[in-house]
Amino acid sequence: MNDATVNRLTLFNFWVAFGAFGLACFFGMYQVLERSGLFAFLQSPAVYFASVSTHGVLMAFVLTTFFIMGFGYYTAAQSLRRPLWNPPLAWAGYGVCLFGVALAAVPLLLGKASVLYTFYPPIQANVFFYLGATLLVVGSWFWCVIMLVMFAQWKRDHPGETVPLPMFATAANALLWLWTSAGVALESVFQLLPWALGLTDTIDVGLARTLFAWTLHPIVYFWLIPAYIALYCYVPQAAGGKLFSDLLARAAFVLILVLGLPIGFHHLYMDPEQGAGWKFLHMVGTFAVAIPTLLTAFTVIASLEMAGRRRGGAGLFGWIGALPWKHPMVLAAILSLLMLVLGGFGGIVNASYAMNAMVHNTAWVPGHFHLIFAGTVVTMYLAVAYKLWPELCGRRLYSDDLALVQLWGWFIGMVIMTTPWHILGLLGQPRRISAVQYNSVLTLSWEPYELAMIAGGFILVGSACLFVYLLYKTQTAGGKVDAREDMEDAPPTGRRHG
Amino acid sequence: MSRMEINELERKWLFVSLAMIGMFVGAIVVTAIGKGIHPPSHVETIDSASLHLSQEFAEDKLGVQPEPLADGSLQVRLVAGRYGFYPREIEVPAGRRIVFRMASMDVLHGAHIPMTNMSTMIVPGYVSEVVSVFPKPGEYPMLCNEYCGLGHDHMWSKVTVVAQENWREPATGGKQP
Ligand SMILES: [Cu+2]
Repeated sequence: MNDATVNRLTLFNFWVAFGAFGLACFFGMYQVLERSGLFAFLQSPAVYFASVSTHGVLMAFVLTTFFIMGFGYYTAAQSLRRPLWNPPLAWAGYGVCLFGVALAAVPLLLGKASVLYTFYPPIQANVFFYLGATLLVVGSWFWCVIMLVMFAQWKRDHPGETVPLPMFATAANALLWLWTSAGVALESVFQLLPWALGLTDTIDVGLARTLFAWTLHPIVYFWLIPAYIALYCYVPQAAGGKLFSDLLARAAFVLILVLGLPIGFHHLYMDPEQGAGWKFLHMVGTFAVAIPTLLTAFTVIASLEMAGRRRGGAGLFGWIGALPWKHPMVLAAILSLLMLVLGGFGGIVNASYAMNAMVHNTAWVPGHFHLIFAGTVVTMYLAVAYKLWPELCGRRLYSDDLALVQLWGWFIGMVIMTTPWHILGLLGQPRRISAVQYNSVLTLSWEPYELAMIAGGFILVGSACLFVYLLYKTQTAGGKVDAREDMEDAPPTGRRHG
Repeated sequence: MSRMEINELERKWLFVSLAMIGMFVGAIVVTAIGKGIHPPSHVETIDSASLHLSQEFAEDKLGVQPEPLADGSLQVRLVAGRYGFYPREIEVPAGRRIVFRMASMDVLHGAHIPMTNMSTMIVPGYVSEVVSVFPKPGEYPMLCNEYCGLGHDHMWSKVTVVAQENWREPATGGKQP
């Protein structure tokens, strides 16, 4: 069991992360309603683009960064079995990040930073938005330093031993983030801030896009690695088995680190400022980085199969039914992997050097990344929260049944919402519009899909509310856990407390 | 099983993964090198602030060009600006290779004719060039698919594809139906 400092630090980071998540879901809900065009009183490009910007920043930057920091502190202390190095530095990082978020929130909510979450020069946001975003990144570097120092200290104290897998992956992620966040930091410090402050008149858009692309793809692996940690380190045990192979898991993390870095130009396939040769190289890199994902899917599924067979499942598929579907971690893993497969298919189309032209900047793209990010990544974050909240608060999860309902809701809502997006994308609907103004036969064929989107959005927002409610109730009203009770072995089902 | 050992099945899966990825990349290499299918990557700079003074993107030089290119392709020049593609309407023949050249006079834009490969980003400071062929006659919208400001939803132009036999070469650039 971790000490109180680590628990508090993790809990504080997690509450910012999941608070941002809950809030962002409401913005998302508004967006599907607004862009459907069915509710005239909601129509407003100004509110819509402010909402898109806030939704994107909260989900992609706030939820992820705070979750990853909190999970990293917990993982380091837990897996290395040593106290956190330099807690004041960790709190300082938390403070810098939080201050940055607050600073960025004001212009975002006032519609003075409607530059979506990719910044979009030469459309200019209020300077406090750029400043806030920069501080969020700078604060997260404190976390990277702490993770790498703890990794090094452990290695020094345990010569010749292999560092535990969760910490191995966390250190890889800290390295990845230090390198990949440099692109957006450079853009911000040398281009956006001087320009927003009026020190320079113009901005080189091609360079800004190139720097952002440096960050833009590996950042996805920064978000994904904690989900993979849960898949490798929590899921097999939760299913009643063990990890199929530790070595290949480590290989996957190293491959993600090495191959994930230099592929950002695939976000610029349709841009005129990059040559075909560079795009081609980045295409090869993009396909190469699918290999660690294929390995992960294999290893996790193989581990689940071993667990299912150990539990008495027989035949080619019998082991699937024998899995403990009522364990939130196992259910989340199964749903996550399903969405990873669906989203991965869309990703192959996106990554295809020339085929990308058909779907570039269409609704297909948010359909794809909502499956991967909101589907695979966030589902595992939710499962990690369900696992850690009892440990962090010393209370049992308020209701396992509601947790399962919540996870199913998230999955069903996500499928209902993203399927029409993929179809609309193939029909050419642009992703970043607040209303359909095109006076064309083509756009009539888009209409029926809007209704499905709204239904999916409602289910998702309900699921998100239920999640936040469960965390809150666990912390305030969950049954107390005996201090010596080992949470790892606590029975996963049939608990309900109030 | 010792923890530092790769299972036989896992080794096989590794080869299957590599083969799958190799197949995808191979297919792309064949189309890219064999058939010359590339994304629009025309690295050519231009001063976006003075497009109207330029040889190519001056107001009377826009639209479908009267002179075909040496290889018989038709050239179309467009300027993207908040909130339209100029000229607002163009007419092109079906089945003919069309070279679009586009530049932005203000912010980022994207041009896309749905369900075709006519798609490119239009980045200030650069000329975007994209080649397409439209097999079927009809009216197509050309949409801006990159957020360019609060009027972005309204940014679209009309492309009319006419059958080859009904097509008449325009006499001058700039003026279109
Ligand atoms: Cu536009």
